Amino acid sequence: MALTDNQKRFALDDAVVVIVGSGAGGGTLAHELARQGIDVVVLEAGALHTRDDFLADEWASFSQLAWLDKRTTSGSFRLARDFPNLPAWIVKSVGGTTVHWAGASLRIQPHEFRALSHYGKLDGANLLDWPLDPDELAPYYDNAEDRMGVTRTHGIHGLPGNNNFHVMYTGATKLGYTCNTGHMAINSEIRDGRAPCQQRGFCFQGCRTGAKWSTLYTELPRAIATGHMELRPQSHVATIEHDDQGRVTGVVYFDANGDRQRQKARLVAVAGNSIETPRLLLNSASAQFPDGLANSSGQVGRNYMRHMTGSVYATFDEPVHMYRGTTMAGIVSDEVGFDPSRGFAGGYEMETLSLGLPFMAAFLDPGAWGKDFTHAMDQYAHMAGMWLVGEDMPRESNRITLNHDVKDAYGLPVANVHYDDHDNDLAMREHAYQRGSAIYAAVGARDIYRVPPYPSTHNLGSCRMSARPEDGVCNAHGQSHDIPNLFIADGSQFTTSAAENPTLTIVALAIRQAEYIGKQLKARAV
Amino acid sequence: MLSRPLTRRVFLKASGGALVGTLAFAGGPIALLAPSRSWAMPLDTLSTREGSVLLEMTRQMFPHPDLEDAVYAFVVKDLDKAAADPATHELIRGGIASLDSDASGDWLALDAADQFQRIESLEGTPFFEKLRATAVVSLYNNPLAFAHFGYQGAEGDVGYLYNGFSDLQWLPDPPQPADGYMPGQAPQA
Repeated sequence: MALTDNQKRFALDDAVVVIVGSGAGGGTLAHELARQGIDVVVLEAGALHTRDDFLADEWASFSQLAWLDKRTTSGSFRLARDFPNLPAWIVKSVGGTTVHWAGASLRIQPHEFRALSHYGKLDGANLLDWPLDPDELAPYYDNAEDRMGVTRTHGIHGLPGNNNFHVMYTGATKLGYTCNTGHMAINSEIRDGRAPCQQRGFCFQGCRTGAKWSTLYTELPRAIATGHMELRPQSHVATIEHDDQGRVTGVVYFDANGDRQRQKARLVAVAGNSIETPRLLLNSASAQFPDGLANSSGQVGRNYMRHMTGSVYATFDEPVHMYRGTTMAGIVSDEVGFDPSRGFAGGYEMETLSLGLPFMAAFLDPGAWGKDFTHAMDQYAHMAGMWLVGEDMPRESNRITLNHDVKDAYGLPVANVHYDDHDNDLAMREHAYQRGSAIYAAVGARDIYRVPPYPSTHNLGSCRMSARPEDGVCNAHGQSHDIPNLFIADGSQFTTSAAENPTLTIVALAIRQAEYIGKQLKARAV
Repeated sequence: MLSRPLTRRVFLKASGGALVGTLAFAGGPIALLAPSRSWAMPLDTLSTREGSVLLEMTRQMFPHPDLEDAVYAFVVKDLDKAAADPATHELIRGGIASLDSDASGDWLALDAADQFQRIESLEGTPFFEKLRATAVVSLYNNPLAFAHFGYQGAEGDVGYLYNGFSDLQWLPDPPQPADGYMPGQAPQA
């Protein structure tokens, strides 16, 4: 029986809360609203793939799950050259990118919420403090960690480390770093009706055992069970509509048959990931809002962040078989603090990462061929790897815009992703490459490879929250400054990227937002 | 198809050419998977010579000394599929023609160093890019390549929890609790 078989159905003219997207933000918000008895329709562009459908095959899984609708790129970041039509590696499927994520669940550090005050002004960066008190967010983090079953919180023990972790741990501790198997939303024991991790090594391809938290088999079925949520897969929202008072009234979407539908809404929350969310607001431009919805500040689509990323892979005399077990199996957090003596603001995490043979070939050095490349591939079984992820600078010019020259299957302009690395990002990447390399050198690495950024899985900030309406798109609850019944419910809200993997914070913000929306609806304030 | 003994059926089925070969490393991991040392890869669109040129080009662009031709043949197979599109076939035909014309009519007859030089001079052309982009996927995305390079692919589907995920012996085991616990093995709080 499919997830959606026995769900409550709402009519197109029922004034429901419409949520666009079913990932970390949308899926969690849907559950939290439905629990309060608020009627919700979730429109998800992707199809429903269940755990049984997931594939232990990187390319086949990529075809099954990835968001492959066309996008374009510009700017000086290397992805624009390597993958000009694939700036992001995110999911188009029920559950969104929670199907693909690796599970790292780290809280944003208090000082990172005050990036502008703490780092000071940086040329060419559009830094801003979050309009949020970290202490006020703490209980929501607690709630998120508990529901997601994050290891090393709430008495949940750490996951056993795989070979890739063993290598990282040894090198890191030799350098005086601390390293453990991380705070992961992956069950180390049976919990919440889900199995413990079987160390399959296919976290990115969807977790077949359900050990890794995903809205697909937690928040969404629970929301459906309340009788207050309807999930409509393969429903691509084209525009959000509004009335003369400038309040949103519904959404126009294309259903599984490609037919145009209009769902009436009392409130709309957009959680389509940081490329689609601003694209939808921009594509919803009207006579009253010629620059797109919620865009009086001109900030919709701007300050797009993708994290400073990069990877280090190293080869050893002895085998590693890094692909066995959890993809993100160990974390070093010693460089995540703020230490301007390193020559940059913000910090970064070092997290083990592995790719299967097919994706190693694709991502080791995109565009490469010849002996150096094959020499690295020859050592695949003896390779260990880590991902570097740190805070990148928000820039007004790093932005999502509509590319009117390129249209999607529905005739809508696609998103263009423009990104130039800030000097701070470059300095941090260089530092991270050096420290990551040092970790492997300390274990006797033979060859060390600096691998460029993959298409972005952490897409952030394109509709950021701000205290003042002129600085951003939404307030501390994700409510748009311009339109009271229009909310942003995904990582687009992030004022700054912070260094940490964003999902935990997206979930915490969604829980908090649901509380706020519930109160506002009750008080008839929106 | 691959690793199946040559049969008459193979030749009858294909309207294009075919690549045939014998496994070079009788004791290698690929030979263990193969029921026979002879292999054949029928081609639907490309001729045998086109297939042979593409295989040799791929080998030189992605040189793995001990990797069987049978694995490189997967790249040719995917190029053959792509060549069902006449524009792609024309691209491939034109690319091979330019290699040949730059080699007194037969690029395959050149020695390896000269062959490589001609390939290098094509870098950046759509033909070269088609080959490179196809090869970097096809060459490393098949069970024979997995066996050769030591990647277990879909074997992981059942999980390595009790089957080698932390079997590394050449470093000391990290201490707990930095390392975590197997299910059911954590000390009770």
